Order: sequence, then structure tokens, then C-alpha cells
Amino acid sequence: MLIRVLLFAAARDHAGADSVSVELPAGATVAALHTELSRQLPALTPLLARSAIAVNHDFAEDSLVLSPGDEVAIIPPVSGG
Amino acid sequence: MVRLTREPIDFHALTESVRDPHCGAVALFLGTVRDLTGEQVTVFLDYDAYGPMAEKKLAEIEAQVRARWPVAHMAMIHRLGRLAVGDVSVAVAVSTTHRAEAFDALRFAVDTLKELVPIWKKENAPDGTGEWVHQSGRKVEGGMRNQEQAGSQQ
Repeated sequence: MLIRVLLFAAARDHAGADSVSVELPAGATVAALHTELSRQLPALTPLLARSAIAVNHDFAEDSLVLSPGDEVAIIPPVSGG
Repeated sequence: MVRLTREPIDFHALTESVRDPHCGAVALFLGTVRDLTGEQVTVFLDYDAYGPMAEKKLAEIEAQVRARWPVAHMAMIHRLGRLAVGDVSVAVAVSTTHRAEAFDALRFAVDTLKELVPIWKKENAPDGTGEWVHQSGRKVEGGMRNQEQAGSQQ
């Protein structure tokens, strides 16, 4: 399945795009997505290590199984306020 | 009420929106753009957000506040886009019967917003360089036009 991952702030600057598409096997978890993102975007790896993954607007555990159509985003450490 | 906006925050109107004849206390917090981070001069900030998730998290914070304190009215608004030094980036107002709950609820709301809501600021220096702030005052390692300064404070 193809998962589109939304990028913000420094993640978007590193990738030079506001989203990236990642091909994953059916039943893949958030942890597998993390690994694949690092492989596809090595420049993003240090920031990814400190980032959370959001699925459908909630912070996701590594064990969460992704489904086609999920809205997925990389959430670098936040700095609002 | 929670909201993201690209317009200047009317904090007087926001404060009025939470006033209530049953409430003896209104507490307001304003976050404003500061000109110095350690020795680093900031000329403006750019705020970015993951809008739908940010609004959801703000609404969850309001629900948590209402579950813990007897808050009559609550309003949280965060500004996005380019802000100059002195501009108001965030405003949170609560009204309660007595002042103690207003202070406690307000502090929890602002602290939780800063911890959980997917909003990011980029500090822009006079020399044209800018850095996203990604961890309580520390800058992202590598890849940016400025390198991280060890020990820099937010």
C-alpha cells in the first residue's frame, strides 16, 4: 500500500516537499514506516529519531497497524506558544 | 472555543468572550514574540501548524481543563504565519467563580499546548538565516543554514 506522509517545519525543509509517499506491505506498522522513511530520506534521520508519527490526527504508537487511506504525518518536537 | 488564525489576535475581544456574571475571575495568558534568545537576536518568527491535528489537540485540552476545573468559559487561539517582535502569538482566557481555579486551569492549558499541539516556530535572525525550534530551545541538528549552538536557550 502507498502511504502519503505529511511533512512540517524542518522535516519539510529537509525533504524539500510538503509530503512524501512511502510504499509499505499490507499490515505494516508505524515502526516499519519510521524505518522506511529513514531509508528513503537519510537527511531526515536525525530529526525522525526525535519525531512522533501522527495517524488520523492522533499521536501513534510504534505498534499501530497502518491502513490504506490513513492520514499520516511526521511530528517533529513542537514549539508553539 | 479553540481556533487557529493568520490575523492579529484581538485579545480584548477574546477576554470579553469568556466574561460571565457568575464568574468572579477571568485569567488571560498572552504569548508574545521575544527579541532575544540567549544572545541570538530574532527579528521575526514564522509559525507553521498541522492545522486539523492542532485544532483537535486544542479541543482535547479544553475538554481536559473542563474535566478538572469548574471553568465557565474558555478560549484558546494561536496565530500562524509571520509575526514581528512584540506580536501576540497565542492567547488563552478562562473564567471561573474564584481566582484559584482560573490560575490553575490557565497554567495547565498553556503548558499542555506548548507540549502537545503540532505548531512550530522558526526564529529568523537579522542576517537572513532562520532555524526551526524543535526541542525546548534546542535547534535541529544539521541540514539548516545555521548550525546548532551548543547550550543555546529558548
